[in-house]
Amino acid sequence: MKFGVVFFPGSNCDQDCFYVIKDVLRQSVKYIWHKDADLDGLDCVILPGGFSYGDYLRTGAIARFSPVMKSIAGFARKGGTVIGICNGFQILLEAGLLPGVMLKNRGLHFICKHLFIKTENNQTRFTNFYNTGQILKIPIAHNEGNYYIDAAGLKGLRDNNQIVFRYCSAAGEVSDRFNPNGALDNIAGIINKKGNVLGMMPHPERSSERELGSQDGYFIFKSIVKWLKTQKAW
Amino acid sequence: MLRAEIYILLKRTVADPQGLTVKRALESLGYRDLADVRMGKLVIIKLNSKDKKRAQQQIDQMCKKLLANPIIEDYHFKIKEE
Repeated sequence: MKFGVVFFPGSNCDQDCFYVIKDVLRQSVKYIWHKDADLDGLDCVILPGGFSYGDYLRTGAIARFSPVMKSIAGFARKGGTVIGICNGFQILLEAGLLPGVMLKNRGLHFICKHLFIKTENNQTRFTNFYNTGQILKIPIAHNEGNYYIDAAGLKGLRDNNQIVFRYCSAAGEVSDRFNPNGALDNIAGIINKKGNVLGMMPHPERSSERELGSQDGYFIFKSIVKWLKTQKAW
Repeated sequence: MLRAEIYILLKRTVADPQGLTVKRALESLGYRDLADVRMGKLVIIKLNSKDKKRAQQQIDQMCKKLLANPIIEDYHFKIKEE
């Protein structure tokens, strides 16, 4: 399977994503500079974390206008698999490829720590390796992870099972107490209606090797490969 | 030369922890009558043009496309001749 890791001026999690795909997942992967519009032959596009354009104006607001984003919009329209992690998620939101917006963390602190998220929907191409409700230990590192959408939007997400991950306790309790940033409905990750674009604030690429504290996030990448293989079987 | 002053503010319904923090800081300095504090952005754009009407259209488009996120922000602007 061919993965592409997009990077913008200011992205800094591209190398971790590249490394996990190449050396842990052992799939073909290449970097895509934000000015390249060529996604030919790719099965999955990763928008990694970081501080694209220094988060100037609003995080992801400028990156969304890079040439590569037009190609990614077309790729997503045709059903291509896209995963946006942290800043990548923020870019997808600004680009309108996912609904909603990120506000500053309610505590106004940049939070960098391991926490737990619950798999609310394991019927997606990103979560098929997990059991329903499976709890993942995974790190976050962000200042703007306070997900917000209006009431109608939230109802839409719930009705269409678009909420994929929620912040929770180690035992799986979803409540405000275990919400690190104030995100609406404890939302940590969502998919679009079609189910081919995922955005998540926690970093699965930093939760892919036991030596770094957890391997729980790795199965998101394995799920993608598993799903892609079922498509290619035809 | 035209000078546009664009104010971008969070919508009334959006929580503003920055504003709240600043309010508390002002209160700790002794100011007691503060009802509310909200933080926004001021963007100043100077245009090499004298066509005010066209400038208004352009600035409005800029706000819609990039400068403000319509989900959480409102904007207003004024354009003066310099």
